[in-house]
Amino acid sequence: MNASSHDVSRRVFLVAGGSLALGVAFNGAGARAATEKRAAFEPNAFIRIDADDTITLTMPRVEMGQGTYTALSMLIAEELEIPLARVKLAHAPPDASRYGNPRAGGAQITGGSNSVQGAWEPLRTAGAMARVMLVEAAAQEWRVAAAECSAHDGVVIHAPSGRQLAYGQLSQRAAGLPLPQQVTLKAPEAFKLIGRPVKRLDAAEKIDGRARYGIDARLPKMRYAAVAASPASGGKLVSVDDRAALALPGVRQVVRIDNAVAVIGDHSWAAKQGLAALKVVWDDGPAASMSTAGIRKKLEDGLARQDGAVARAQGDADAALRGAAKRLTAIYHSPFLAHAAMEPINCTVDLRADGCDVWVSTQAPTRARDLAARASGLAADKVRIHNHLIGGGFGRRLEADYVEQSVALSRNVQGPVQFIWSREEDIQHDILRPAYVDQLSAAIDAQGRPTAITHRVVGSSIMARVAPGLFRNGLDHDAVEAGLGPYEWPASRLDYVREEPGGGMVTGWWRGVGPTHNCFVVESFVDELASMANKDPVAFRLALLPERSRARAVLELAVQKAGWDAPLRPAAAKGAKRGRGVAVLAAFGSYLAQVAEVTVDASGDIVVDRVVCAVDCGMVVNPDTVEAQVEGGIHFGVSAALWGEITIKAGRVEQSNFHDYRVLRLSEAPKVEVHIVPSREAPGGIGEPGTSVVLAALANAVSAATGQRLRSLPLRSNSA
Amino acid sequence: MMNFELNGQRTELDLPGDMPLLWALRDVIGLTGTKFGCGMALCGACTVHLDGVAVRACQTPLSAISGKRVTTIEGIGQTALGRSVQKAWLDEEVVQCGYCQSGQIMSACALLKQTPKPNDGEIDSAMSGNICRCGTYSRIRVAIHRAADAGGKA
Repeated sequence: MNASSHDVSRRVFLVAGGSLALGVAFNGAGARAATEKRAAFEPNAFIRIDADDTITLTMPRVEMGQGTYTALSMLIAEELEIPLARVKLAHAPPDASRYGNPRAGGAQITGGSNSVQGAWEPLRTAGAMARVMLVEAAAQEWRVAAAECSAHDGVVIHAPSGRQLAYGQLSQRAAGLPLPQQVTLKAPEAFKLIGRPVKRLDAAEKIDGRARYGIDARLPKMRYAAVAASPASGGKLVSVDDRAALALPGVRQVVRIDNAVAVIGDHSWAAKQGLAALKVVWDDGPAASMSTAGIRKKLEDGLARQDGAVARAQGDADAALRGAAKRLTAIYHSPFLAHAAMEPINCTVDLRADGCDVWVSTQAPTRARDLAARASGLAADKVRIHNHLIGGGFGRRLEADYVEQSVALSRNVQGPVQFIWSREEDIQHDILRPAYVDQLSAAIDAQGRPTAITHRVVGSSIMARVAPGLFRNGLDHDAVEAGLGPYEWPASRLDYVREEPGGGMVTGWWRGVGPTHNCFVVESFVDELASMANKDPVAFRLALLPERSRARAVLELAVQKAGWDAPLRPAAAKGAKRGRGVAVLAAFGSYLAQVAEVTVDASGDIVVDRVVCAVDCGMVVNPDTVEAQVEGGIHFGVSAALWGEITIKAGRVEQSNFHDYRVLRLSEAPKVEVHIVPSREAPGGIGEPGTSVVLAALANAVSAATGQRLRSLPLRSNSA
Repeated sequence: MMNFELNGQRTELDLPGDMPLLWALRDVIGLTGTKFGCGMALCGACTVHLDGVAVRACQTPLSAISGKRVTTIEGIGQTALGRSVQKAWLDEEVVQCGYCQSGQIMSACALLKQTPKPNDGEIDSAMSGNICRCGTYSRIRVAIHRAADAGGKA
């Protein structure tokens, strides 16, 4: 790839000058006054250089652990030529015109593993543009040609005379210069930062208690609220007897909306005790009859529907299936999943007649603002969102239901209140990853080669709710993403039937979204086909992957690193069995293959011993972050594979806390090895795919250990 | 009136004795480094030290701390051991979202104080009460070994 010219004038994100309130500074140092812009150089929405040489980068995406603040800063710093250690970071205010994500249709959201993909050119261009202007400012100052000047480490140098000026000293002059019409970006060979392991910029404050998450917002005279929403989805509040609660010390007020009630106190303990003392009557509404079994039946009925929306069709798959030597049809079930991020849902609101301030950690600042406006009746420009570090998002904080609820509960409240959901409230009022039912059929010929495959996905459409414009002709592109795997099938058909759970229940994004569910289904089924064809699972897959394809390369690397051809060491414990499974994924612009090793003990308990992952995510910004995201993504997926399941009874979520919504603990964590394929392809996503692949690799490993094919998640082995 | 030592400072609180230490730290004293995660001692996000021993602040009533020493994540860097664990966390690039890490570090410090050279089994038992949803477990284990190898010195 050569250095390329980028026309900056067309780019809507490069809005010059103007007064810009940067929002809350990253270190909690307080909002920078909008009026304080003397001599500040702000060539675009992301960079501000003050006369005192402070360099502030405003982050268009949010940090929830995925390392994006470090990666995005690296993109800017690479071209701006500044030392990363000196930058200050700011959370972006809600403003999609400046901070929209080009990979998310311009919406200001952080999700879908596309932050680096969306920022790759814009942020490098922003950095280059600022550098060009600073160099020009220095050249004018010294009355020399800009070509004789260069920028390094936040300083412009005129080599012939040895003169130099810090960026801060140039900020005033640079601010008066026109934007360059074109900038030239570095060729990858010239990268000094990109591609090298860089220490996270947010690590230091996360090891000594300084880091501020939404739940850490502290304001003068702030009070604390405990919240209870209708236990049944879509239910209503009928009555509240709050006499006992109001008599408790520290309890100040009980507030209600049509589907929730909250107790406000001097501290969370008073609020929690007050909530426990309320006598509340709920009307469950239509959800009262909802159950996991009922929803499952609806999904299964969708398999027979004639009107599936076709996502992909190639060749005559039905004819091939009819004339096949051997055929296999299988139905898979995937459960509802909660996010269970470590920071429970919370939102702090100061609602006044003339405006509303919201302190929150959100993946979707504009959505938070819009729902706060709706709940308060104020115009959107009267709402200020103060975003924070996120204590785990995983898709949950793309929703802003809790912002709307908190603002609505604040309508008759004076002064700021921090609403905190208990862990039970967080699990039971999560917006769950949809449950799915999938049916796959395939045929193989006499030589054991596949001739056709069909795959029907039945489940709720998240897209139809959150982005109805993208839900066309009954097709949810996310629900079917990666629905045929990375393979070249001779004939194939992939279709989708939308089936909502009903009863007012809605579903939402969860780490890995469509590919997480589809990779489990497709890669399990491919293993079943390999078994029917009497082929090794790796050999069977390689035969379906083109030579020199990226998917093939990661598969070959993963099996080599895992020692696929060598026998597994047998289990030490009596009655225990071991197995190894493989899975491949092409999604989010990245390619991953994993080999998982498990031990299934005599009682059927599954232990994940080791996961080897090969990943080609194109050009890597920060290799350490790629490794961390794959390691963590695998851990997240192991929790889901072994235990993840939300069940519904009488319209209520049955699980409530970590004792019955079990997640992986340190003693259960597998050894994870990550191998990155060097690549000059465009960057792909890495926050989610590690999760997406591991569920199938584990299902295949359990099947290899026990001989039992598990077509439902979570994996429950009973034949060890 | 409750008297205790908080991060080396004498502290007085006039709060109900059944109030969990977690809420006193966060909502009254304003030390927000100790995190709320589950409220049932299931996740370890609120881990602090009581006379040097790791406890879950969400299940520790104020009545239990009278006359004792409480150390939180904000104070753990005052000791050489605390600094060495924090440094190991940085060297191994452990954190992701970071929300659970206060509790992880407090549990790791309590472990190393008791067992300066823990083996993997000892790390398993000491650390399995602390949930991390980002999946930083492998790095936590390596960081604890690193801090142990440094002899508890930063």
